[in-house]
Amino acid sequence: MSLRFGPWSVRLAPRALVVGLVLVLVAFAVAVAAIATGEFTVPIPDVLTALFGHGTPVAELIVGKLRAPRVVTGLLVGAAFGLSGAIFQSLTRNPLGSPDFIGFTAGASTGGILGVIAGGTALQIAGGALAGCVGTAVLVYALAHRGGVQGYRLVLVGIGANALLLSVNSYLLTRANINDAATAGAWLTGSLSGRGWDHAIPVAVALAVLLPVCAFVSRPMRMIEMGDDAAKAMGIRVEAVRATAIAVGVLLCAVATAAAGPVIFVALSAPQLARRLTRSPGVTMAASALMGAVLLTGADLAAQRVLAPTQLPVGVLTAAIGGAYLALLLRKDRH
Amino acid sequence: MPVGEQVTTLVADEPVVPRGRPAALAGGLVVAFGVLVLVAMASVALGARSVPLSTVLDALTAPNGSSDHTVIRELRVPRTLLGIGVGAALGLAGALMQSLTRNPLADPGLLGINEGAALGVTLALGLFGLSDPAAYVWFAFGGAALASVVVYALGSSGRSGAGPVRLALAGIAVGMVFTAVASAILRMDSQTFDRMRFWLTGSLAGQTSDVLLRLAPFMVIGLVVGLLLARPLNMLALGDDAGKALGVAVTRTRVLTAVSVTLLCGSATAAAGPLWFVGLAVPHAVRAVVGQDQRWVLPYTMLAAPVLLLAADVAGRLIARPGEVQVGIMCAVLGAPIFILMARRRRLAAL
Amino acid sequence: MALPQAARLSGSDLTLAYDQRVVAAELDVTIPDESFTVIIGPNACGKSTLLRALARMLKPRKGAVHLDGSVITSLPSKEVARRLGLLPQSSIVPDGITVTDLVARGRYPHQKLMRQWSRADEAAVTEAMRATDVSELADRIVDELSGGQRQRVWLAMALAQETPILLLDEPTTFLDISHQIEVLDLCADLHEAGRTMVAVLHDLNQACRYATHLIVMRDGAIVAEGEPAGIVTPELVAQVFDLRCEIIEDPQSGTPLIIPEARRRVTTTA
Repeated sequence: MSLRFGPWSVRLAPRALVVGLVLVLVAFAVAVAAIATGEFTVPIPDVLTALFGHGTPVAELIVGKLRAPRVVTGLLVGAAFGLSGAIFQSLTRNPLGSPDFIGFTAGASTGGILGVIAGGTALQIAGGALAGCVGTAVLVYALAHRGGVQGYRLVLVGIGANALLLSVNSYLLTRANINDAATAGAWLTGSLSGRGWDHAIPVAVALAVLLPVCAFVSRPMRMIEMGDDAAKAMGIRVEAVRATAIAVGVLLCAVATAAAGPVIFVALSAPQLARRLTRSPGVTMAASALMGAVLLTGADLAAQRVLAPTQLPVGVLTAAIGGAYLALLLRKDRH
Repeated sequence: MPVGEQVTTLVADEPVVPRGRPAALAGGLVVAFGVLVLVAMASVALGARSVPLSTVLDALTAPNGSSDHTVIRELRVPRTLLGIGVGAALGLAGALMQSLTRNPLADPGLLGINEGAALGVTLALGLFGLSDPAAYVWFAFGGAALASVVVYALGSSGRSGAGPVRLALAGIAVGMVFTAVASAILRMDSQTFDRMRFWLTGSLAGQTSDVLLRLAPFMVIGLVVGLLLARPLNMLALGDDAGKALGVAVTRTRVLTAVSVTLLCGSATAAAGPLWFVGLAVPHAVRAVVGQDQRWVLPYTMLAAPVLLLAADVAGRLIARPGEVQVGIMCAVLGAPIFILMARRRRLAAL
Repeated sequence: MALPQAARLSGSDLTLAYDQRVVAAELDVTIPDESFTVIIGPNACGKSTLLRALARMLKPRKGAVHLDGSVITSLPSKEVARRLGLLPQSSIVPDGITVTDLVARGRYPHQKLMRQWSRADEAAVTEAMRATDVSELADRIVDELSGGQRQRVWLAMALAQETPILLLDEPTTFLDISHQIEVLDLCADLHEAGRTMVAVLHDLNQACRYATHLIVMRDGAIVAEGEPAGIVTPELVAQVFDLRCEIIEDPQSGTPLIIPEARRRVTTTA
């Protein structure tokens, strides 16, 4: 299916459009459900009126101050993780290529733990995570660089860095005093509880800046999936595209981790689940972002309700999603 | 069956891998053993409180009940023996895995096997309250076996087959899921968490000689089975079909290797927690010296890996006195750069 | 300074190397316009390396490749991709992609962010699929095709690029004999339609049959080049391939046909 308008033209896959639309609706539904329910239930019409600014004062307090920021943060962080995962799976040409496994998330954790131990404020901890993630990525990229960065070398160097940082993290945890260790431990599982607008806004800004870049590199990245030579033959500057894509993927992962802690497995599973649904060749950015948003808000909702009143950290739920995803990969490959 | 006989004699008399210099290699094995003894002595003598070697010898031959002697007999000696056992087990497991999968990056920690075993132990201790090592080690075996099956299936799926990078990525993924589940279990039970916090990073400290005695039989069986697999593994190095053509029972060799790896990784992890990289670098270094013949690679690895582990453990005790850095962290700090160097240098099959 | 070149594609004083290993030194090569040039030689003689250099996949350590009188690396890569196409030796089929989608990716050099699917794109894809006879496979998943079909699809993608010059790196590897002939016939058709074709081939007899211009390499040097009938002699084959042979005329095409010398003559009884 194609759409042409004057000199403009795009090629559209109807199924991908429908799936995208459905994912938007599901994300919205989950968001409304997450805002409406909890210890104090707000009827859905009140949620909607409160969201648009004419609710009762109580509803506005609960919706606008407490629940909406958390849900919006979840949506944005999920989208950022989904996009980041899509980028790295495309670059590594592997459904297991995820920032979780190649040291970036672990580097963010190191920064976050150091922030906690240094007694930093929430903002400083977030800054530590951001710096840790970006710093790790620069190091991994530099170490993997040998006349260009091949996807597999990035993965292997990343795996080495991941192992190193994970043990540095546990060393820091065993060294820290018991209170810091507990705070850091909680932060490490990843959580959306207590997230306010000041968490959501940086992620929103990052997405606003980085989404156009994503759109710009997504087409050449699709060509690179066919091999470096094939892409170069099409006139793509492979190294430049790859470096840009890595930068975008790392920044998304860093910003998301800074906001919600290292929530692992969303970046891993969102792109492939989206791909299964859209039946598109290779990973698709938009659907991956939407799927990430749905997965994270859905997991957060479940984490709050499954064992209510006990609140689970959302990271526990996403770990379960990760396990289920691996099982899915296994099952698919059997036939 | 004249043809079959010919093939067998060929295998027996003319190993495909050049034999090298048996006398020199056997001598080297003695040297390696000597080095292991020296490092073991160092491990007994050095630590938060270092004691002179003469005191060590006294403590071993004529204990007088002094606090130095008690520390040596009750803590340092069991810890050292545990290090030797765990090192030998993980080193041999790594060498076996690298040989069977023809994958230079195979390592029990990297491929998620040790994390699987650790999840088994966590379940046994955290949920079922088992405390006898000989009982909970079975959970470790179960976890290790599950992990190896899943990782291998994931790593060999897809069109390209089990490339080294794919397998490594599958191992990391599975290992991280297992670790996440284990930490979720521990978070629900703060008492167990406190007990297992150090074990989960990998530590030789805090295990009694009783634990060692309960786990030793499993390690020994795993080591013996592994060493006996050297000859068929030599043949399989040429490929499954070539191995079969040379008269190797391919399936039996694979199953026995898996059993040996499971016993080794399960018991080692039950004793010291999930350790990374012990099984990675040592077989590589050994192969660079003795060549590709598994009949030498396996015993050499078995002696060299505990040297590395004990040295890492001693270093961990010395650099942070009076505290110590757990050996698991030391292994990662030493092993990860080696792994990254390998990744940079080797031209591995692309994804 | 770019001298006016007789041919559109040429390389001068090329020294080609991977890391430290020099594969070819000081090569001068010219691809005659509108020729079907075949590069041939024993394993590891540098023939694929030369092709990769001509396609700007490999940056020469010394010397330069010229396209239409300019140094190829000085031209915008997308601009080059509209003039010169390459079918690499190994490309990766994206998971679950259909034939049409894969062929459509060949239009990349002609597209822009805001113009992703013009009528010209659609026409080029349809035409490329028709020329390679894959139209009826349009909605099939590429993974599920046979080796010969898949190679035709890759060729269709390179064709959709609509370049006057097309380079092919061992396009017949892994194909059985009938698919090899099928692909080479297709290349010959494309050549007759006015394209300059450059291919690396393994089979000397196929090279002789299809090439209008043969480049024979050994140890990184060009030993002979020219029309096959004019240059392929038993002496050349002995020099390049260390093979003693007899050369007769191909009864089908009239081109040289290499018959390797038999170690013992088989006598037929009864």
